[in-house]
Amino acid sequence: MTAILDINELKAGLNGVEILKGISLCIQPGEVHAIMGPNGSGKSTLSKVVAGHPDYTVASGEILFHGEILTDIPPDARARKGIFLGFQYPVEIPGVNNSEFLRMAYNARRKEKGLEELDPFDFQELLADKMKLLDMDARFKDRGVNEGFSGGEKKRNEILQMAVLEPSLAILDETDSGLDVDALKIVSKGINALRKPDNAVLLITHYQRLLDYVQPDYVHVLAHGKILKSGKKDLAREVETRGYDWVTG
Amino acid sequence: METSANTLADSKLAGREYQYGFTTDVEMEALKKGLNEDVIRNLSAKKNEPAFLLEFRLKAYRKWLTMTEPLWAHVNYPPIDYQDIVYFAKPKQKPQIAGLDEVDPEILRTFEKLGIPLDEQKKLANVAVDAVFDSVSVATTHKKKLLEHGVIFCSISEAVQEYPELIEQYLGSVVPIGDNFYAALNSAVFTDGSFVFIPPNTRCPMELSTYFRINTEESGQFERTLIVCSEGSHVSYLEGCTAPKFDTNQLHAAVVELVTLDNAEIKYSTVQNWYSGDPVTGKGGIYNFVTKRGLCKGRNSKISWTQVETGSAITWKYPSCVLAGDNSIGEFYSVALTNGYMQADTGTKMIHLGKNTRSRIVSKGISSDKSTNAYRGLVRIGKNATGARNFSQCDSMLVGSECAAHTFPYLEVGNEEAVVEHEASTSKISEDQLFYFESRGIVREDAVAMILNGFCKEVFQQLPMEFAVEAQKLLTLKLENSVG
Repeated sequence: MTAILDINELKAGLNGVEILKGISLCIQPGEVHAIMGPNGSGKSTLSKVVAGHPDYTVASGEILFHGEILTDIPPDARARKGIFLGFQYPVEIPGVNNSEFLRMAYNARRKEKGLEELDPFDFQELLADKMKLLDMDARFKDRGVNEGFSGGEKKRNEILQMAVLEPSLAILDETDSGLDVDALKIVSKGINALRKPDNAVLLITHYQRLLDYVQPDYVHVLAHGKILKSGKKDLAREVETRGYDWVTG
Repeated sequence: METSANTLADSKLAGREYQYGFTTDVEMEALKKGLNEDVIRNLSAKKNEPAFLLEFRLKAYRKWLTMTEPLWAHVNYPPIDYQDIVYFAKPKQKPQIAGLDEVDPEILRTFEKLGIPLDEQKKLANVAVDAVFDSVSVATTHKKKLLEHGVIFCSISEAVQEYPELIEQYLGSVVPIGDNFYAALNSAVFTDGSFVFIPPNTRCPMELSTYFRINTEESGQFERTLIVCSEGSHVSYLEGCTAPKFDTNQLHAAVVELVTLDNAEIKYSTVQNWYSGDPVTGKGGIYNFVTKRGLCKGRNSKISWTQVETGSAITWKYPSCVLAGDNSIGEFYSVALTNGYMQADTGTKMIHLGKNTRSRIVSKGISSDKSTNAYRGLVRIGKNATGARNFSQCDSMLVGSECAAHTFPYLEVGNEEAVVEHEASTSKISEDQLFYFESRGIVREDAVAMILNGFCKEVFQQLPMEFAVEAQKLLTLKLENSVG
């Protein structure tokens, strides 16, 4: 079976500074992996490099997605192939209608799969279902993308996008930060509902509390640009009680 | 929205390349270059004009001689030689055109190429079109049907012959002959344009529109449009313009006058796409020096200007409203896009004279490449305009780092009870925004188009449907390759 994501000895950085210093990670279909780590460990960099952010450069190593090398593939093409990045700080795009934005993204992905584009009416139905799943007010879809949204609303909007796009790999960068317990439960419910045997989730988080709601199959501790420890879900709890110093020493 | 690689390649080819830059080869009849009283007499005689109009022209010409070109606008260009311009050029044809079959087929094909079919079978069903080619109107569609409703829609030359009393009453009543340098020049030499008269209590049954095409290299276009909307009536009017690519600059100095009587409303929309010059060298392009003004003469009347300015080498244009009638409303919605070496100094004037008059200004400026884009707006509240209110919003968006945006708001408030509000902002499309789109599978070009259309949404919403779609496409094409 081909892994969904296979990262080999990846070294990458920003403005000539190496941040990821040799990362290897393999995610199989149906798996949920969590990457934990202190601030500045390279967690967000890893998510951006996989998504193809143009500011980051890969020095060596490779990233395979369904067996295909991603290095020269631009970010929009990666997204259409099924990589989704849920942002830590989603940007506001004033004046661009949320549901139109979603439909455009959705149809771009459908076209990639060789499917017909969905017209606005059919798409509205699909969107309404997904919004119900996430307990979102219908008014959300008529607002500008993230425009004037609270921190929690922005995160929920990210999960809505993931629900609509049904990616084969979802990378969620600190989706739990800034959420109160109720919002965390809703977001977790959304993530769990989207877990399927043929897709995978990579959770990036500072705290283990998200992992109480979304149970990972594997946990990795990232520090100083390297994965220092990997284990099953118990590792998260151990890190929480003993602190990152226990791993980073 | 399409996002495939194919569409992209196609639009890349189409982008930047001005698709209306062709010339039409027809036999033209033109006056010699230059301007003096004889030229004006000659022009007036050729058009068989009544004495009052010749008088109007000569008075304007004499006034113009005493005036100097305005230099306060934030634009730069070498002096214009007004003796080096052809003031009258028209396609050669029989003296009286009985029907479309007598119009040079080459001209009909030109308009068809521009998306404005004029012949009976193909003409646009819900829009009446007056097509102006250089100095003359060549055809007007749906005239008969409109007349059944009492609506007069014809070229202004025809109106001078058929309805001289209306022309004498209203011509120059909103923009006086000596209003400004270019208006005076236009009043002296205007050749054609459109005339609209809506009788009392009539909602014009279809959109009216004029399409202006400059074809001859050395001719200026001096069109004159006059729209009178009687008590309780309503009309929506559209204006479109294109010109061939030439290395030289052509002068386009138009005057548009609108009058609304009690409870009447005029909605005037423009999509301006004159040739803007070579985007790399800055050579050529139209000088678009235009005076547009509406007079809300009656109580509860309304004039609304919507403009999408995407062309011309230089734009100098301030569609204005004089709110004379009590409770009258003036609106100005504008998108001005500059790229290449374009320069735009555009905005509006809202003159509040009557009580409880209201005005709203929404201006969106987009500049890219090496262009400059200035908003210049005046809000004047007269001393008797008790209860007057104005709201202005001026937003600029910069694409790239070599362009410039300026805002020059002028406020003159002569009544203490008036309320005037002004908001302004300047923004840039950020890399973070573009990456956000890309991470959702949307290509960069589409992302830029979506962001810009979002920025302009308030203005596009004011346009009739087909025009709004057209305007969005135009914007996208113009800015292709400007971002990243």
